Amino acid sequence: MPEPNEADIAIRAQGLGKKYIIGHQSAERVPTLRDALTRSASAILRSTGEILRGKPIVAGDETEEFWALRDINFEVARGEVMGIIGRNGAGKSTLLKVLSRITEPSEGRVEIKGRVASLLEVGTGFHPELSGRENIFLNGAILGMGRREIKAKFDEIVAFAEVERFLDTPVKRYSSGMYVRLAFAVAAHLEPEILVVDEVLAVGDAEFQKKCLGKMKDVAGGGRTVLFVSHNMGAIESLCPRAIQLSGGQVVSIGASGVVVLDYLDRWRAESSRTMQQRQLEPGLVFENLRTTTDIVRSGDVCEIELSFAAEIPGVITDCQLLIYSATGVRVAAVDVREFGILPFRYKPGRFLIRVKIESLPLVEGHYSLGVALGSSQHGATHENLCDIQVVSDLAFSTVRYPANVRGFIELAANAEVVSLKEHP
Amino acid sequence: MGVKSVNETAGFATAVQVPAGAKRTLVLESGRAERNYWSDLWAYRELFLILGWRDVAVQYKQSVIGFAWAVVRPLLTMAIFTFVFGRLARLPSEGNAPYPLLVMAGMLPWFLLSSILSQGSSSLIQNSNLIGKVYFPRLIVPVASSVVAIVDFIVTLALFFVMMAIWQYPPDWRLILLPVAIIVALVAALGPVLMLAALNVKYRDFRFIVPFVVQFGLYISPVGFSSSVIPEKWRLMYSLNPAVGVIDSFRWCLLADAAPIYWPGMGLSVLVSVILLWLGVRTFRATEKSFADLI
Repeated sequence: MPEPNEADIAIRAQGLGKKYIIGHQSAERVPTLRDALTRSASAILRSTGEILRGKPIVAGDETEEFWALRDINFEVARGEVMGIIGRNGAGKSTLLKVLSRITEPSEGRVEIKGRVASLLEVGTGFHPELSGRENIFLNGAILGMGRREIKAKFDEIVAFAEVERFLDTPVKRYSSGMYVRLAFAVAAHLEPEILVVDEVLAVGDAEFQKKCLGKMKDVAGGGRTVLFVSHNMGAIESLCPRAIQLSGGQVVSIGASGVVVLDYLDRWRAESSRTMQQRQLEPGLVFENLRTTTDIVRSGDVCEIELSFAAEIPGVITDCQLLIYSATGVRVAAVDVREFGILPFRYKPGRFLIRVKIESLPLVEGHYSLGVALGSSQHGATHENLCDIQVVSDLAFSTVRYPANVRGFIELAANAEVVSLKEHP
Repeated sequence: MGVKSVNETAGFATAVQVPAGAKRTLVLESGRAERNYWSDLWAYRELFLILGWRDVAVQYKQSVIGFAWAVVRPLLTMAIFTFVFGRLARLPSEGNAPYPLLVMAGMLPWFLLSSILSQGSSSLIQNSNLIGKVYFPRLIVPVASSVVAIVDFIVTLALFFVMMAIWQYPPDWRLILLPVAIIVALVAALGPVLMLAALNVKYRDFRFIVPFVVQFGLYISPVGFSSSVIPEKWRLMYSLNPAVGVIDSFRWCLLADAAPIYWPGMGLSVLVSVILLWLGVRTFRATEKSFADLI
């Protein structure tokens, strides 16, 4: 990417930081009523002092600075579509809030050239008592459209939302699908020079999502500067040539979106295996680790999963099932280890591992979590959320796909052909 | 998508917001005062109108109740005040003005002030979903929330004219100056509203304080009685309450027999209102940028 010259920069962030003050209760238990009273008295004194000094009150008796963003530097060229990715709490939303002027930065500066509109939520300010027609004007005005502008696009918005028949019905009577369609339709017709979009595509049915993605593509191709936050790596890769990855409030990578997405998935995996805690599965048997042997699980590829254990006393495993759950907690698949002839397994004190090789894991991309159901002669239990895995999409796929959340869980190997039927004379 | 691109160009041409400022560089920095604040506010006037319209539309959606409330509340209060102050306490009216009209002429501005105060001070909290998700000059929210109070005021004013017809007590030329009195009332209401709305975001304690202030204000303001019953030596101090100046000016405009305006008191009331407005705007501007973090 060639360095853009000064005139072509739409957004420039320099040393940007955003600090919040958070409070906690101190860790030790409160032993007596007297302690509890003195503690709340001191909290009241402190908050009174803060009121007098004009500072906000923070709950809890200890306060701490929390930097949601720190030392953020980046530039977005005019007309560029930039993706922003990162785990929950990485600072994505805070960054968007700062850029869209909702909250001011605590340090550093941002220069923005052009009219900014932010779309951090679908249907901001919709009022349930008002009709669809009224809400279009209300929501449009809130997003920064003028009345004439809304009027000019009114028919287009209504057609996009497919709510013609219900225009004069209060939106509280709308189905959730209609509501979301209408809300997105208004937002989609917003035409600022710089558009800041948070995860708004994760709504509506498949058909509508496709429409939204198409609309986003139009916007992105229309020479407008777009900042787009999503957890949908497929959408990021297909919409944004470049991406920024945030982690812990800092930019950890920036560049071509394919590279940044892979880097994100690497970190994601590293982090999730680090944070997994050991679990006591059985008396005398500790489940130490569950990990996949490859860093990235690509949909349809081989996947090896290792379960490592530490035993203090001898015992026997009679049953072992590897369970795969979707991010929403639906059990997607189970691998019954009994089928492979290694159970029942008698273990002695010491460490051992069970390696499960899945020949092909045809999961739709997204977050999944692994669990294990273990059974011994005395005891059996299911342990969920032992490890998270991230499945990435199969890049061989040629068309723009529907978002992952509408494609179910399994990618089926399938084929289709058109057969012309000859009329028999 | 050929049609779309045509519309896009049209969209840019008709974009109302910040027409001239489109090419200016916006700098976001900690504690930086915005130079274009007031022009931004003007650019967002449509949002102001639409938020005001929304509140009115929602209130009058169930139109029977919404409308009845604007009529019943002042009527009942008027009846009670007339009974307590006029009959039981036997306080004098102004000139030959019927006591109910005296009360009503005081209640008109009082309800305007108090509803602006109570609706405005919680307006930011009630619109927290907007404040957390979109940028606009926050000043719009508390100011727009007063639109409902103004619509209610117009209904009550119509009621007042009906009462005048019933009591056969027509207004004189001074009615022309009523708009000035209304502006005085809005200035008096706006300062405290901005201050309370801003403080309410930071310290929710003000949620409890505002209803108390409104209730208390009803008794210390000359709503149920004429301010001329206040002993001369207390009169100036009494006028420290901005509502006194507002109510006096309303009575002067609406009642042909009204006592002449007590100018030192009026001046003081207006001065206090203006100072409060200045303080309110200052407090609001100073805290405005942290609203989204606190709300």
